[in-house]
Amino acid sequence: MAQVIVVTSGKGGVGKTTTSAAFAAGLAMRGHKTVVIDFDVGLRNLDLIMGCERRVVFDFINVINGDANLNQALIKDKRNDNLFIFPTSQTRDKDALKRDGVERVLEELRKTFDYIICDSPAGIEHGAITALYFADSAIIVTNPEVSSVRDSDRIIGILSSRSRRAERNEPPVDIHLLLSRYDPDRVAKGEMLTVDDVKEILSIPLLGVIPESETVLRASNTGTPVTFDGDSPAGRAYLDAVARFLGEQREMRFVKPEKRGFFRVLFGRA
Amino acid sequence: MSLFSFLFSPRPKSAAIAKERLKIVLAHERASRDAPDFLPSLQKDLLACVGRYVQIDDDMIRVSLGKSGETSLLEINIEIAGAKAKSGAGAAAAV
Repeated sequence: MAQVIVVTSGKGGVGKTTTSAAFAAGLAMRGHKTVVIDFDVGLRNLDLIMGCERRVVFDFINVINGDANLNQALIKDKRNDNLFIFPTSQTRDKDALKRDGVERVLEELRKTFDYIICDSPAGIEHGAITALYFADSAIIVTNPEVSSVRDSDRIIGILSSRSRRAERNEPPVDIHLLLSRYDPDRVAKGEMLTVDDVKEILSIPLLGVIPESETVLRASNTGTPVTFDGDSPAGRAYLDAVARFLGEQREMRFVKPEKRGFFRVLFGRA
Repeated sequence: MSLFSFLFSPRPKSAAIAKERLKIVLAHERASRDAPDFLPSLQKDLLACVGRYVQIDDDMIRVSLGKSGETSLLEINIEIAGAKAKSGAGAAAAV
């Protein structure tokens, strides 16, 4: 049974696209046929993060309008056979994302994919609402920072009142918290909200904590989902989150300050 | 002593302040999010009705839906202290 997962946050710049790319790649690495769709019409960026920007010919809006079929628009990842990218259009017409068209495309994708990841735009406008409307599960990407937590709370409210599951009185969308850009050193100093603070305030189950990591920028520079970088703490944290999503128990890593060895203290960050 | 306390009294950690502020603002926002849609128009109607008798401002009527145990409680506060009775409707307002 295919599952539609929306990656959303309300606030911009918290790591939705990074998370969509990393999570989709992680699910594919675990053997699940996965497609990741860019819902940010007009501000296409998933293609860059996934490193397939030069292979985009047709897009989501073309398929919705019937100008292209799915097979023409889906881009197969060159690193993993289970992974597909569905880029969005650069049109400035935000209403191009029609709900019945989106529904038709998602239904067709459900036939061939295990997981359909919807990378939501920021905000609570048409694009964001359309991205979350058909979701079975939601990953709320939150930074340990006041405005991000507040906006996450808002989006959680919208998921539980305006999603299709809510409108049809079906079982509610399965909502998960993913805390990203977490800095254990600053948390230890009392300068940043702790994992438990954010969990308590939002009261949704925690899927994972992604540490602030230089490797995230390195991954986006090269167009590589961070989960493909085995050395990266953020990549490993995302793979843990994917495993938890699939029902496995994994201990939370990267939530305590790292013990620095003598030489690391002497010579700075190694 | 004051220099001592200035130097050594711990400043409140900013994360704790953030948590407190978030809890307060979200409690407020969640309450208004769950409020039924008719509250604003009820408030408008009440304002028009009461306004026929006494001069009142928009912010002098507060309508909220609360809970007291199992029962929902519609709370309407109308502030008329200092409000002037409208001439012509004075008799009705005084009753």
